[in-house]
Amino acid sequence: MGKTIAEKILEEHLIEGDVKPGNFVYVRLDLILANDITAPLAIKELEKYEVKELFDNERIALVCDHFTPNKDIKSAEQCAMVRRFAIAHNISLFYEGGNVGIEHALLPEQGLVVPGDVVIGADSHTCTYGALGAFATGVGSSDVAAAMITGETWFKVPETIKFVYNGTLQKWVGGKDIILFTIGQIGVDGALYKAMEFTGEVIRSLNMDHRLTISNMAIEAGAKAGIIPPDDITEEYVQSRATRPYKFFKSDPDAIYAEVKEYDVSELEPQVALPHLPENAVSVREVEDIEIDQAVIGSCTNGRMSDLREAAEVLEGRKVNKRVRCLVFPGTPTILRQALEEGVIKTLLDAGCVLCPPSCGPCLGGHLGVLAKGERAISTTNRNFVGRMGHKESEVYLSNPAVAAASAIAGKIIHPENL
Amino acid sequence: MKLRGRTIKYGDNIDTDVIIPARYLVSTDEKELASHCMEDLDPEFQQKKQPGDIIVAGKNFGCGSSREHAPLAIKGAGISVVVAKSFARIFYRNAINVGLPIIESPEAASAIQEGEELEIDFDAGTIKNLSTGEEFTFPPLPRVAQEIIAAGGIMPFALSRRKRK
Repeated sequence: MGKTIAEKILEEHLIEGDVKPGNFVYVRLDLILANDITAPLAIKELEKYEVKELFDNERIALVCDHFTPNKDIKSAEQCAMVRRFAIAHNISLFYEGGNVGIEHALLPEQGLVVPGDVVIGADSHTCTYGALGAFATGVGSSDVAAAMITGETWFKVPETIKFVYNGTLQKWVGGKDIILFTIGQIGVDGALYKAMEFTGEVIRSLNMDHRLTISNMAIEAGAKAGIIPPDDITEEYVQSRATRPYKFFKSDPDAIYAEVKEYDVSELEPQVALPHLPENAVSVREVEDIEIDQAVIGSCTNGRMSDLREAAEVLEGRKVNKRVRCLVFPGTPTILRQALEEGVIKTLLDAGCVLCPPSCGPCLGGHLGVLAKGERAISTTNRNFVGRMGHKESEVYLSNPAVAAASAIAGKIIHPENL
Repeated sequence: MKLRGRTIKYGDNIDTDVIIPARYLVSTDEKELASHCMEDLDPEFQQKKQPGDIIVAGKNFGCGSSREHAPLAIKGAGISVVVAKSFARIFYRNAINVGLPIIESPEAASAIQEGEELEIDFDAGTIKNLSTGEEFTFPPLPRVAQEIIAAGGIMPFALSRRKRK
């Protein structure tokens, strides 16, 4: 009987159990991740149990990206706690100052996650690495603390839903629109407890940045993992970056899927997810004329080089509306440097954007661009829950970078071609 | 284990951002987190909650962020158990790891209303609605979850697994 890519990766890492959907298994982990919000809880647990020895100090990544540069004394204390822990345990993958980027932009870029890996992270968007052909999933702080001791974790082997995308994408339509559309189709719990596998000619034509955007939001459909079969584009991305040997896995032709969903996306328009759920996806044309106060371009979803280029293409020679703050968060220092060298940053600054440091920014409503009561943002981030970006009576509309940039210029939600 | 409590009812897709907004994630203290629990969703929660209360909710409870602060905040607020139609998977694991009892029961979560009195017997797998006389059954937790709870939490469980290696 054939197996899916998710099942094959788990099998390769198996410690205990039988890899069949519904079964519980223990697997070996290649990398364990936590950030400045989730690591402190894990560290507290490790200290409470007086754990002196970690399973491998080179396979634990600690990335202080959420409330950094430190927003207040309490967040500074949290980062200090993570730093002390990293130093005490000689953890090599510690990121805080000039080397810090948004964790899910940073780790693939630095080749720290590779195809065929099993990764857990105390951050729900850990599923991003599925775009490399890895099995990666978010867990909580205690699971991460436990994994730091043993180098393993338990999973219920998920069933897989296969998504097949056919056709050719229109201009200004990309990975973000595909994933918003998909979540709109199946709902925010449409893939609960399951793995999503993204396939088809459209996926094969996308560069890694767009693929990472798709896998990033698998969690927004409730999924455990969002995997894209690795191919030549993956190989090209990984070969110069990988810090460890990697392996490509592919689903067998006779693999068993819980469901197969096929979409022709040739007519797909840029999508906007309305407050307060990512499943509220509609075509941008249906919501044009909604006024905005802020545009956010960045995050682990859309803070990569392709995203900044896309925004710059729209903003080139134009000005951000005077009523609007357009905040740009390059995902990593490397992306920031490249954007600087390519002239993308100049274009964005000339247009009146605010350049912010590589960090999560206002995505989760704590720092760097929080919304006031009644304010409305269009954002390339991943969640639009009540109060997500600030006041509980503020609103977040999710979109791709081109739509966010166009809306920043118009002062209202708009299709880039209608500027 | 048996417990009794009064219900507070919420709808579908209660996300971890409304359970505990990110602006309060500068603390890991259960009581401090609890003091902001649900404040963006239900401003009355803080006044109406009583120790031992039971949250009853719709599908996909705890969706969104992986923050373990969410089950901690609920537990810190004195909630004894969460009954839902379904749980987001990270919240499910986190609840087991921090010792917040959870029950997945679509039937019970649909039928039970706000302000009713429940009696839950975890050994028998039954929920009795003392206000209406209705009774529901639920399956035991998966074995791995039972083992984690029996070990006294995920940390003692992990330490014992390491010892066995």
